[in-house]
Amino acid sequence: MPSELLTAMETTTSDTAREKRVPGEAGIWIVILGDLLVFALLFVLFVDGRSTDPELFDRSSARLNQTYGVINTVLLLTSSLLVVTGTRAIRTHVKEVARRCFIAATGCGLLFLVIKALEYQHEISAGYRVGTNDFFMYFYVLTAVHAFHVMVGVVALIFVARAARNAEGPSPNSMKLIESTACFWHMVDLLWIAIFALLYLVK
Amino acid sequence: MTLSLLKYRSTIIWAALVVLTIISWQVGTHGSDHERATVIVLALAFIKIRLIGLDFMELRDAPIGLRLSFEIYVIAIGALLIAMYLTT
Repeated sequence: MPSELLTAMETTTSDTAREKRVPGEAGIWIVILGDLLVFALLFVLFVDGRSTDPELFDRSSARLNQTYGVINTVLLLTSSLLVVTGTRAIRTHVKEVARRCFIAATGCGLLFLVIKALEYQHEISAGYRVGTNDFFMYFYVLTAVHAFHVMVGVVALIFVARAARNAEGPSPNSMKLIESTACFWHMVDLLWIAIFALLYLVK
Repeated sequence: MTLSLLKYRSTIIWAALVVLTIISWQVGTHGSDHERATVIVLALAFIKIRLIGLDFMELRDAPIGLRLSFEIYVIAIGALLIAMYLTT
């Protein structure tokens, strides 16, 4: 197969292209689907735990600063858009735009972690720790496991930003790695959407 | 770059996701009927999750097996959580 065709097959997925293809490496989807199932189990356990004492859960949830939650949601949504735009820029060989998008997305991820740390500090200094009650146990477990995923995603995005700078342009293999990182990052965003609704908004 | 971003579906999806986030925040915070507000908040959350999967993860153009796995996940977990909440 001519190399031009191979390159074209890897790079022509625009908003209008409709050929069926797996985004990223097939292996990343095992990780993503596995993570989605583990978090789904945690969500079910949370709603089940809430049913044992809804008043305690509502009282504890009302303590959380929803503004932190909303800002963090917008940060992750924006970082996802930047990752989508960066991936598209790599496909169309606009490397500098791609690099800036991935750096900005990394910044959003880091800011998310800073806000999460401020929130932890706020709750812990007020005496609400992991052992305070069942709600705060779920709060810390869900948000800390999620924050770990954010950290992994941030590290991957830093590597992708470096790969975007590659003067030769991304190879099909590195394109797969970039798409895999993008999908992982969108999963991090998607999980936060559910966590925010369950912990901060359910009454 | 700013203007060219607007022609892409992903930018419109992002704007929709931000608007839905603000709506859920307001409904979740100010809704007087807690049960109704929570069902709306959870339904909106899973609609947002589906949009992220289909448009940002590009599952709209994925092979049917992968797309279906995701669609089933969204519907099954969303419905299960809402049903569990309502039977509390």
